Amino acid sequence: MSGRIGVRKTYKLYVDGDFPRSESGRTYPALDHRGEVIARVAAATRKDLRGAVRAARRAQPSWAARTGYNRGQIIYRIAEMVEDRAAVFAAQVRMAGVAAAKARREVFRSIDRLVWYAGWADKYQQVIGNLNPVAGPFFNISVPEPTGVVGVIAPEAPALLGLVSRLAPVIVSGNTAVVLASERWPAPSVVLAEAMATADLPGGVVNILTGPRSGMAPYLASHLDVNGIDAYGADEDMLAGLEEAAAAGVKRVVGPPEGRIAWMDDRTAQSPYAIAAFTEIKTVWHPKGL
Amino acid sequence: MYDQTSERTPARRGEVVPSGLDYAPSLEAVDQVSIDESYDLWIDGKPSPPAANRYFPTVNPATEETLTRVAEGDGEDVDRAVAAARKAYNGAWGKMAGKERAKYLYRLARMLAERSREFAVLETLDGGKPIKESRDVDLPLASAHFFYYAGWADKLEYAFPGLDTRPLGVAAQVIPWNFPILMLAWKVAPALAAGNTVVLKPAETTPLTALAFARLTAEAGLPPGVLNIVTGGGGAGAEAVAHPGVDKVAFTGSTEVGKLIQKRLAGARKRLTLELGGKAPHIVFEDAPVDQAVEGVINGIFFNQGHVCCAGSRLLVQESIYDAFLDRLKVRLASLRVGDPLDKNTDVGAINSRAQLDKIGALVEIGVAEGAEMYQPPCALPERGYWFAPTLFMGVSQGHRIAREEIFGPVLSIMTFRTPVEAVEKANNTPYGLSAGVWTAKGSRILWVADRLRAGVVWANTYNKFDPASPFGGYRESGFGREGGRHGLLPYLRGGS
Repeated sequence: MSGRIGVRKTYKLYVDGDFPRSESGRTYPALDHRGEVIARVAAATRKDLRGAVRAARRAQPSWAARTGYNRGQIIYRIAEMVEDRAAVFAAQVRMAGVAAAKARREVFRSIDRLVWYAGWADKYQQVIGNLNPVAGPFFNISVPEPTGVVGVIAPEAPALLGLVSRLAPVIVSGNTAVVLASERWPAPSVVLAEAMATADLPGGVVNILTGPRSGMAPYLASHLDVNGIDAYGADEDMLAGLEEAAAAGVKRVVGPPEGRIAWMDDRTAQSPYAIAAFTEIKTVWHPKGL
Repeated sequence: MYDQTSERTPARRGEVVPSGLDYAPSLEAVDQVSIDESYDLWIDGKPSPPAANRYFPTVNPATEETLTRVAEGDGEDVDRAVAAARKAYNGAWGKMAGKERAKYLYRLARMLAERSREFAVLETLDGGKPIKESRDVDLPLASAHFFYYAGWADKLEYAFPGLDTRPLGVAAQVIPWNFPILMLAWKVAPALAAGNTVVLKPAETTPLTALAFARLTAEAGLPPGVLNIVTGGGGAGAEAVAHPGVDKVAFTGSTEVGKLIQKRLAGARKRLTLELGGKAPHIVFEDAPVDQAVEGVINGIFFNQGHVCCAGSRLLVQESIYDAFLDRLKVRLASLRVGDPLDKNTDVGAINSRAQLDKIGALVEIGVAEGAEMYQPPCALPERGYWFAPTLFMGVSQGHRIAREEIFGPVLSIMTFRTPVEAVEKANNTPYGLSAGVWTAKGSRILWVADRLRAGVVWANTYNKFDPASPFGGYRESGFGREGGRHGLLPYLRGGS
């Protein structure tokens, strides 16, 4: 036996393209399904959250201004990075007690979902928008635009596929995101952040915070520089709190459907309407004439 | 339906319209309108007295005369209305094929067009808007809205491929007083086309055309309970939106009330759309066609006395043409005819209510106190009724309350800019995002500006155009969800948003 000691990873936040610790210096233990500590994970605070929102806001105009073609390439590149580390992701997913074969399927489905959404970047506008046949001599067109900065309360489980399924439709249109990662199973989201950081995704487009969510989530929903909330990861109580907090800024909260979500089912777990949910329809009129 | 303002040649610079040569009054006849002594609620296809037996007066804001008394609904009435709507949803309406629903909506469109004159007069009597507008805008558009959505009722599966297009159930809809019958059409037509049933709460000051429409639905043979109308004040509206038997809430009104509704519905798992206030920027570049831009700006703020959520209430003029443009605006302002809404020549009618008049007056006073320069043309206002002269504010800064708050009256705040970037920055410097206007002769600039404006509707080289096929609705604190067009179906479909 060589007696080599393994090198353990520090699980940090992902903000503005960097991997900082929490400003508070706090961490919390991430456990595996047997209750054993896998790692100490950064416990983000409201101050970290404010920084993440600032980074997301800064990054948003230029991310939205990129061509759909380019955003599609970058999201496809994230898929490439996840594929490359599929074994690492599967190992992280397994920590939640998921059997090996099932963990691999979740990773592969996550990759495929990223590829699926990547392809929408330069197409969803054609499906969601249209020319309007108004009764007069006007050119009149409705197009979807990204709403801005979106807070994503990631599903607690499946930590990887749930996050990918909700995050990809948010950013593909040109939104930037502040994600509150699965509190119970944070490790896959940290590895996903590492894949994103090496996939040409500009800093600030996706920001991922780990840590206790009950304090951060309503704050994220009430933050006036956040335009929308994806609350698929919220239970009924948290959802009500988020909706109440969101009212001050008239921002929409997209809650989970009632009942179990079939995350592996492509027909229901992925949709261009999930992209549309965080876009604004802008209608432009112009007269026609000589 | 696009002739929303008079198409008179704008006055030349410096020209003063001599008042002695103004048109003789041309009053619309009111004899085709009969108003009952009192109105009950409309529940389950028939008039229904309110549980508490309370009625409130509705007045003609141009004369302050009471027109009639209208039932004041309460929680018990809302209960009955929701129960009737649920019964219709579970029964006749819910089981009806889309193509049959379509025929009812087509009928309503046709009947509204037939009775357009009567409805227009009633609208003007109850709300104070010029007959020219209720006749040429509100009624034709309301009828067109029903006609448009009628055609969707049996084609929903083609509207959004792959989407669950089943209806939601019972919709509670609360509408404002600025376009009473048109807002009814915007709310009711898509809801019914999608297969929902409705409990509608009209505005307190303008309930009459909704009640007349209720009678029309009976004539059309619409099954009882499909459309129920609970008149009353804010209390009835609050009861309706919070009712546990309601699946969907749609509200058009102030941002303040919209926030209260959103908060109230937290955790209720009802679908919600909000169409709220605005403080729309109206940008005029130095190369704009000036005569048209002046007409657009005037129409943008004085249409319907400025009681328009998408009113172009912040004018941004490029500095190089500011003086000349202002001169033209003042001349045009002086030629606006303010007065009797029933006069077919009237451009600016009565303010909808005493409360709204007070609110406009208070904000205008604040504008003066904050140091902006006010201009009102010489303008004789009738002695009785609620009136406010068309008003311009110059020297307005972005921090002034008249540049930030929705006045909802005939008051325009004027600011300047130098570069396109500055124009866009100032335009977007508001918590609202409902609409915006831009005037320039340069096509590429129109598209550049339109891309950057954070507003749900952008009118380029035109303003205040509406069409059933065209989605309408706001960004940010102007709300969420769209009304009109294909997108206007989404709030009423199960898979929509």
